[in-house]
Amino acid sequence: MTTLAGAWNWLTDPAHWAGDDGIGHRLVQHLVLTGVCLAVSCLIALPVALVLGHLGRGGALAVNISNVGRAVPTFAVLVLLLLTPLGRWGEGPTVVALVLFAVPPLLTNAYVGMREVDRNTVRAARGMGMTGRQVMFEVEVPLSLPLVMNGVRIAAVQLVATATIAALAGGGGLGRIITAGFNLASTPQVVAGAVLVAVLALVVEGLFAVAERLAPARTRGAG
Amino acid sequence: MTAPPDDCLARNEWICGAYLSTRRQILLDAVLQHLQLTGLSVLVALLIAVPPAVLARRRGWAAGPVLALTTVLYTIPSLAMFSLLLPVYGLSPTLVVAGLALYSLTLLVRNILAGLRAVPEETRQAARGMGYGPLRLLLTVELPLALPTAMAGLRIATVSAVSLVTVGAIVGFGGLGNLIYAGMNTYFKAQVLTASVLCVLIAVTADLLLLGVQRLITPWARAGRA
Repeated sequence: MTTLAGAWNWLTDPAHWAGDDGIGHRLVQHLVLTGVCLAVSCLIALPVALVLGHLGRGGALAVNISNVGRAVPTFAVLVLLLLTPLGRWGEGPTVVALVLFAVPPLLTNAYVGMREVDRNTVRAARGMGMTGRQVMFEVEVPLSLPLVMNGVRIAAVQLVATATIAALAGGGGLGRIITAGFNLASTPQVVAGAVLVAVLALVVEGLFAVAERLAPARTRGAG
Repeated sequence: MTAPPDDCLARNEWICGAYLSTRRQILLDAVLQHLQLTGLSVLVALLIAVPPAVLARRRGWAAGPVLALTTVLYTIPSLAMFSLLLPVYGLSPTLVVAGLALYSLTLLVRNILAGLRAVPEETRQAARGMGYGPLRLLLTVELPLALPTAMAGLRIATVSAVSLVTVGAIVGFGGLGNLIYAGMNTYFKAQVLTASVLCVLIAVTADLLLLGVQRLITPWARAGRA
């Protein structure tokens, strides 16, 4: 209990919120890092997955990339990149490592979402004389949106959580509060940092849940 | 004084045979610690995951809370998870095992529950008609039929655990992660690359082994497909 009380005291101390090492700055760094990585991952993964899903090819590829991706420790990728010439480029290694981490779940979910669209609906659309492009953008993509967004949500939450690893390699973000706490042997600070990250991850999860509720009923998942 | 040796260690190359031969014991110890931490945490998670999954299947009202709780656990980042458990376990291997077990729990509960739900109602009715009690039904019919889905979850949990053990380096019990962390601080390329590759090898080997086990214990799945 004393540790939790200590963490609470640490969090509520205004001195810990200000400055370059303060919670405010670290929070902004964390959000920017996560946002940039999520945007880049989506730009890479979604077009590929949607096109492959439309064509019905490369399913095994998507699933295999996803499985291999899980086996590669993000921390190892980050350190490997740090030791290459890319390491001199600020947050570059972190962004690359996190994008590599986020692409597999996005790819698999979007691909599966496209394939789960009722084949009869697709056939009907074709029968109505729709071109391949029209079938993809007017039928398959809207219908697969719930599963695609589910993938984005998983990727976003996991990115918030995993971005803390950047701190192990000297990067910014909320992870720095945790690693600094370890270096100072200050358990309250470590726990305070962990609580901040966990709360942020839950907030992101909650925002996606709200967005899903507000979305038009047509695009809402059945389950 | 002799001149420093001009081998790949001195030149700090990525791939270095001399590193493998001179640090064999360190690498073996790290791999062993990695395997122990992964194996133990997945085993603990498996033991904890079965009762809630069975409960959620039997009593509909339990499914919501069980799934919500495990999902919350899953959103807590590994680095934060280790930190949150720090006051409970201190700087110890138990801390890493507990953190990873909590993390694997979500995947296992979800998959075991999905497997149990996929057992056809006719099958359960047939077993009941043959006089199977609830326990016998669970042990001899439902759980075996849930195995393929449960094993899929176990494989994902294991592979994720292998890669997450590396983060345990922050508390000094990260198996190969310790070597990666130390190598980062000293700019020791061969050590970082070797440890990373070993991590991936362990993950892939574990995945294939579990796939083999799955095929052995569910022979009917293959017979059905053939």
